[in-house]
Amino acid sequence: MVNVFGNKATRFGFGEGLVELGKKNDKIFVLGADTVSSVAINGFQKEFPERFANVGIAETNLLGMAAGLAVAGFVPFVSTYGVFASGRPWEQIRTTICYSNLNVKIGGSHSGLMVGPDGATHQALEEISIMRCLPHMTVLVPCDLVETKKATIAAADYNGPVYIRYGRENVPIITEDKTPFEIGKAIKMREGSDVCIMACGSMVYESLMAAELLEKEGIKARVLNIHTIKPIDKQAIIDAAKECGAIVTAEEHQIFGGFGSAVAEVVVANSPVPMEFVGVNDTFGESGKPADLIVKYGLKDVNIVEAVKKVLKRKK
Amino acid sequence: MEIADLKIISASVRKEVLKMLNKAGSGHPGGSLSAVELLVDLYNNHMNFNKDNWQDKNRDYFVLSKGHVCPVLYAVLAQIGCIPKEELDTLRKIGGRLQGHPAMDKHIPGIEVSTGSLGYGLSIAAGIAKGMKTLKQDNRVYVLMGDGEQQEGSVWEAVMAAPHFKLDNLCAIVDCNGLQIDGKVEDVLNINPIADKYRAFGWNVIEIDGHNLKEVDEAYTKAKQCKGKPTAIMAKTVKGKGVSFMENVADWHGKAPNAEQLEQALKEIDASLK
Repeated sequence: MVNVFGNKATRFGFGEGLVELGKKNDKIFVLGADTVSSVAINGFQKEFPERFANVGIAETNLLGMAAGLAVAGFVPFVSTYGVFASGRPWEQIRTTICYSNLNVKIGGSHSGLMVGPDGATHQALEEISIMRCLPHMTVLVPCDLVETKKATIAAADYNGPVYIRYGRENVPIITEDKTPFEIGKAIKMREGSDVCIMACGSMVYESLMAAELLEKEGIKARVLNIHTIKPIDKQAIIDAAKECGAIVTAEEHQIFGGFGSAVAEVVVANSPVPMEFVGVNDTFGESGKPADLIVKYGLKDVNIVEAVKKVLKRKK
Repeated sequence: MEIADLKIISASVRKEVLKMLNKAGSGHPGGSLSAVELLVDLYNNHMNFNKDNWQDKNRDYFVLSKGHVCPVLYAVLAQIGCIPKEELDTLRKIGGRLQGHPAMDKHIPGIEVSTGSLGYGLSIAAGIAKGMKTLKQDNRVYVLMGDGEQQEGSVWEAVMAAPHFKLDNLCAIVDCNGLQIDGKVEDVLNINPIADKYRAFGWNVIEIDGHNLKEVDEAYTKAKQCKGKPTAIMAKTVKGKGVSFMENVADWHGKAPNAEQLEQALKEIDASLK
């Protein structure tokens, strides 16, 4: 059985984390781009108006001003929908923020297909790929509200640019305040050695559900929550490859260049084993209810089970 | 510093720019030469910035948005003692600090942030200015842009933001030399009336001859006195200023002088002081 402690959107974890940070660190500055309440940074705005700026619908200026605030010694956090936080200002993130290794934290909300009815324009499915290729960038994809709050707080103490990917829809809370969180350190959510399912974000829950289904068929699946895509926990991946002999990755993101690719880079160079990738397969999303989209695009526990069975056929 | 002294320094900076570009074998002389007076007066008469206080929290900030003209910035930083003069010979060389566009990771006093992709500097400067306002400090923030650069949409996001946040500690300088890679700015994509556009967005705008040191000096003073809104100095300049065969020739945007051209250029600059 998968322990679930509630059901709430990860964006609120980011917002709560910021308020907590704001209380103890007067260098935290938050910038929004007209989506302030929908990305849940209005709590910080209310508590610390003097350290908050809304730059309007202008994402290149959002990242540019954040860069300047970092130069001025602040720890700026920006947040808007993931597509607009990562895609439109990508070159500012590359050339101004990463090249200068500025201490800017980017909160990419509304990630994945679960944005739902807004459709493909607003369903960010590429941020992991386009952020992890940037030198100096750290990429975090927490699995639930509790972990998102921890990731937000950890990002503030971590020098350099950080991208945190989270979402708008309610997702099950599967970690607790006491669950340790360290940037770059994967969390073993379930023991097993027949296969390892590695997941990030919303897919950690689906992976745990998949492991339950597999257990009934006598397959013991290890589940790793790899919340840090970069720098990735190489040791946990290598250990899993050696001990389980087959890997399935799961992400609510494009397969090309995403989380699974990051895992594969470690696996093929260190301990090659068969792999399968569960994710969005080179297509845009569409309007629909989040739950229906996840089914249609193959991101459910049953899809992970299917991938596990496929990969086990190739396991030596 | 007196105007007469600034004139001598300007000539010397021009010569350093040309010498380092010749040694590098590539780079951007045209827009470097058009900005000489704007930077010489700024660093020598206005900015609270020197080789001893470059990390001080009370220093003034400068952002070179048109990063490709870094030779003029490197030469001015060398003139005020932030870069050893002999290091200017290493421009664009592998392993060196003086990258083809300013690089923050090379830890050069005065390079506050990496720049070179056009259209980013004004936002960065606005962010620094907002930071200083939040800290209740009165540091000033300067940013130099090109006129061709005004074609970048991201500039206008920042042009809109700076007056909104009442950043009167921010001073933007637009080096209006009238040329860009493909030719005249007005032919490639007209930006004018640029001063009116900034005014309409809520800026205090000062229009000057960017080679007239007295006008340049007065403009920076007036900018400091303006309260409640940012200032934009629209400086009419000549691309390639000071070297007859480079002046107003778009082709000299991005190529280095050879030995013969350098010799002639240095002679002309020396003659201009007599």
